[in-house]
Amino acid sequence: MGKRADQKEAEPPGLLDGYAALPGAPDELFDAAGQMRPGWASLIAHLSAHSQADLERNFARGAQYLRDAGVFFRKYDTGDQGPRDWPLSPVPVVVNAAEWRSISAGLTQRADLLEQVVADLYSENRLIGEGHIPASLVASNPEWLRPLVGAEPASGRYLHFVAFEIGRGPDGRWWVLGDRTQAPSGAGYALENRVASMRSFSAYYRNAHVERLAGFFRAFRDSLNALRHEDGGRVGILSPGPMTDTYYEHAYIARYLGMMLLEGEDLSVENGRLVVRTVSGLKAISVLWRRLDAAWADPLELEERSQLGTPGLLSAVRAKHVTMINALGAGILESRAFLAFMPRLSELLTGQKLLMPNIATWWCGGAEERRHVLANAGRMMIAAANSTRLPLELDDRTAVAGVMPEGVPGSLADWLEAEGPSLVGQELVTLSTTPAWSAGRLVPRPMSIRVFLARTQTGWQVMPGGYARLAAGEDPSAVSIRRGGTVADVWVVSDGPVAQDSMLPHQNETFIRRLPGILPSRAADNLFWLGRYVERAEGIMRLIRSYNSRLSDTQDADTPLLEQLSTYLEHRDVAVEEGLPKELADTVGSAVFSAGHIRDRFSVDAWASLSDLQRTIGSMTPRVQPGDDAASAMGVLLRKITGFSGLVHDNMYRFTGWRFLTLGRSIERALAMANLLTVFADRDAPEGGFDLCVEVGDSVMSHRRRYSVTTSRETTVDLLALDLLNPRSIAYHIDEIRNQINLLPGAEVNGQLSALSRTALRLHTDLAVHTPRTLDRAALKAISKAIYDLTTEIADSYIS
Amino acid sequence: MRYDITSLITYTFVSPAAGARQIMHLMPLELPLRQHLVAGRVSFDPEPSTRRDRVDFFGNCVTEAGFSETVSDISIRLHARVKVESAAPPREQGLTREALGALLLDWSDVGAQSPAHFLAPSPKVPLEPVIAAFARHAAAGAETVLATVDRVGRRIHADMKFDSKATTVRTPILEAFEKRRGVCQDFTQIMISALRSLGIPAGYVSGFLRTLPPPGKPRLEGADAMHAWVRAWCGPETGWVEFDPTNDMYAGADHVVVAYGRDYSDVVPVRGAMRISGGHKTKQVVDVVPLED
Repeated sequence: MGKRADQKEAEPPGLLDGYAALPGAPDELFDAAGQMRPGWASLIAHLSAHSQADLERNFARGAQYLRDAGVFFRKYDTGDQGPRDWPLSPVPVVVNAAEWRSISAGLTQRADLLEQVVADLYSENRLIGEGHIPASLVASNPEWLRPLVGAEPASGRYLHFVAFEIGRGPDGRWWVLGDRTQAPSGAGYALENRVASMRSFSAYYRNAHVERLAGFFRAFRDSLNALRHEDGGRVGILSPGPMTDTYYEHAYIARYLGMMLLEGEDLSVENGRLVVRTVSGLKAISVLWRRLDAAWADPLELEERSQLGTPGLLSAVRAKHVTMINALGAGILESRAFLAFMPRLSELLTGQKLLMPNIATWWCGGAEERRHVLANAGRMMIAAANSTRLPLELDDRTAVAGVMPEGVPGSLADWLEAEGPSLVGQELVTLSTTPAWSAGRLVPRPMSIRVFLARTQTGWQVMPGGYARLAAGEDPSAVSIRRGGTVADVWVVSDGPVAQDSMLPHQNETFIRRLPGILPSRAADNLFWLGRYVERAEGIMRLIRSYNSRLSDTQDADTPLLEQLSTYLEHRDVAVEEGLPKELADTVGSAVFSAGHIRDRFSVDAWASLSDLQRTIGSMTPRVQPGDDAASAMGVLLRKITGFSGLVHDNMYRFTGWRFLTLGRSIERALAMANLLTVFADRDAPEGGFDLCVEVGDSVMSHRRRYSVTTSRETTVDLLALDLLNPRSIAYHIDEIRNQINLLPGAEVNGQLSALSRTALRLHTDLAVHTPRTLDRAALKAISKAIYDLTTEIADSYIS
Repeated sequence: MRYDITSLITYTFVSPAAGARQIMHLMPLELPLRQHLVAGRVSFDPEPSTRRDRVDFFGNCVTEAGFSETVSDISIRLHARVKVESAAPPREQGLTREALGALLLDWSDVGAQSPAHFLAPSPKVPLEPVIAAFARHAAAGAETVLATVDRVGRRIHADMKFDSKATTVRTPILEAFEKRRGVCQDFTQIMISALRSLGIPAGYVSGFLRTLPPPGKPRLEGADAMHAWVRAWCGPETGWVEFDPTNDMYAGADHVVVAYGRDYSDVVPVRGAMRISGGHKTKQVVDVVPLED
């Protein structure tokens, strides 16, 4: 390692102090001879040229971006622990362009081979018939979906988007650790990691000759669009929903590529075709990029318990009305046991050896293989042949280095003899290390890279970059990654400048003005309820504030007004004895839940502001006391929630989605005001009721200016129910409701008002003909009921 | 023997359902030299908006129906006339379980009739160590595959009690086994699990039984609804053998085959799903009447 010492002398002290490859493991920064690998020098020079404080300030920018963007993932290891911050290691993994080309060639060959194998498994089954793959291995595999055997894919291809987990072995070569063909995740995270690393290395990155990622995504988007059925149909991304560990990525990819993000319940099969229910009616879907495991895709023919799928999807697939990305059933290739057969299948099907080997694997169905695995058990892991887990993620029934898993009785030899055909032995994987940042120094951390390939109109394209996972400690055995660690960007570095690229159209392309895409009914429903919950939360805050400020003035909860107000709140499940009532936290939680389903339609800022509100409520809850304390806490929360409303209403594009959000808000506000006036603007209301209404209606100043008298029943009702200029009045919101309804799809049928538009007009007129005198308790109740009925009619027309 | 089969299934939704879809395995199979489907028809009330009849992976007749209108109940009616040959007893080929295991390891066929599908655990038939231990005990001394099937089947019949109240279609096999009670579905799936644990490919047969016994014979259990029994693969010469553990007999001229699968989940008579989830109830009436020749 003589060269290594020279290298170190050239650096300022610190950065590479003590950096040494781990025994027996190769390193990404230095090769076996201690030479720095090509591509790294300028990055190391950049890191060396700046102080630790400067660099960490820049890294913080990357981390800030991820926090602001709300990048998160869920961990389910020990139950749902909720969203976690994204653990980005700021120093990228560098691979030089020449080496990347050979990686790409190996993986492209492998993707083609996998396509041939899966096509055979779902059609003629020659590979089984000729004895190249054991029948029992396929027949026992739960991912071999019998209802799809013989169903030729609409696109003619089974695989369109695949990923490979690769690592560098002790011999310095890259090895495939596992194939991901079901619904590979990580490409969106790789993009986010790139945006963050661009922030962390802003000035340096521009001239660092790093291959850009956008071209890969554009090419894939274009090829998905090209796969659409000749008689129409759209492209959608199918997600299992916000409770999935990678939902953030689904929403991100959908937003980035401009595609509809769908869940199973958005879809149905009508007359053999897959359609999405939208507020503009049923629309055909002819390409579905699924992020859902195939078994859950159709409860009618696959997993019966699935709530995530679409009944009848398989019949649409068999009728070739929809192209699935990837074909349902392609997940069978992820089984470990296939790795045992790939080298031979490659020679058989392509006449070539695998350009990039996969980790050595033996299927224990054969007596000879069993003997070999038993004799070499010390450097193997032995586990289920059908398991789709990567060698980085072992399950409980795995014998590692000859040590039997708990719960499996008998010796290894017994186990192999009894269950051989359902077991494989795989060589234990050792990974290379890559530099990770640690308080001003670089330290070696074991890592593997996930590389993504997309089928485009010109063949497989390899994403020039990837998603690297780093272990937390120094143990180079692959399983260490599972114990938690960090992720990193992967830079493919060229010798010369690279093409600049982004998802934006090229400058010479014609400018097209498009309206936003269609709105799925479920998204409309979530937007509507988001509007309602946010408004409801705000209303609760105002009521609690009014209650507590009066309580702190009088120090007496027994006044008639406070008693009535506390009963009024109780009917709304709000307990005033709790300084910060649980119902408020629940309502905001419901708003976050609704928003969580439509993250692809949301600005990053609005999402951040809503999460901030929820966090603040969480931290306030245990310490806020009734009285003055609660009143001022509500002040803080009101400023935050109006911040969210402001962001949404100032920034959101005025189209169908916004209309549903606005409808939700206006309906909730009009209903709340009608209910409030029914009780507290009544002739029999306790003293102070009128002032309470004006205060909760945030109209104290307007009242003073307009009436120059003390509040009376007439002035209160006039201002809060009938004044078209007061954005807190019932009339204002009924006007808004009617306007929005008239702008929704289908508001006119053959030049006539739709039934819903007529209902809205009737409501509008019913209120407009009232005077403060006639709008009494009974009339207000009638208006409430009419608003309530209108919401049912909206749901019937657009949502269900 | 010729039979006229009628089956009426009523499917009632707790609340009217939009977008209901169903997949049915109701039509008896055409099995050369064994069973001939003279005529058969599956009809619906109300009429579905889409309907497709096809053959599934295992060669069974499947009807798919979709209802785009809101419906509160659906009646599904089967009318079929079937001619069933009386079966000869299975031929003993003298194959041991070890020899069967070696044959299956090198098996190179995954077609519909391949035994390869019927060895591994399937959705409703997991491998249960308790049932495996029972199977080893029951099979002790049986020298051939066929003898093993016979002993295990008769032992299940002897140890289990037919009890239509003890289980439902969702009861796991282990629970039914521990109670030693259940209906034909439980008897069948327990026997499948037992045989698979011994390395014998075993699958599920759904079908009909003649409703009234021939004069002087006892009425068979399971005749008032769809019935189920076991098929086991006993080697290339003996082939598939069908044993009815509920009635302690090999399937014969009283058994009409509707569908073959790995377990109940592959051959559910009516499997339904609707867009808005909600409960449903089903009721089935079956009549299998022999015709005078």
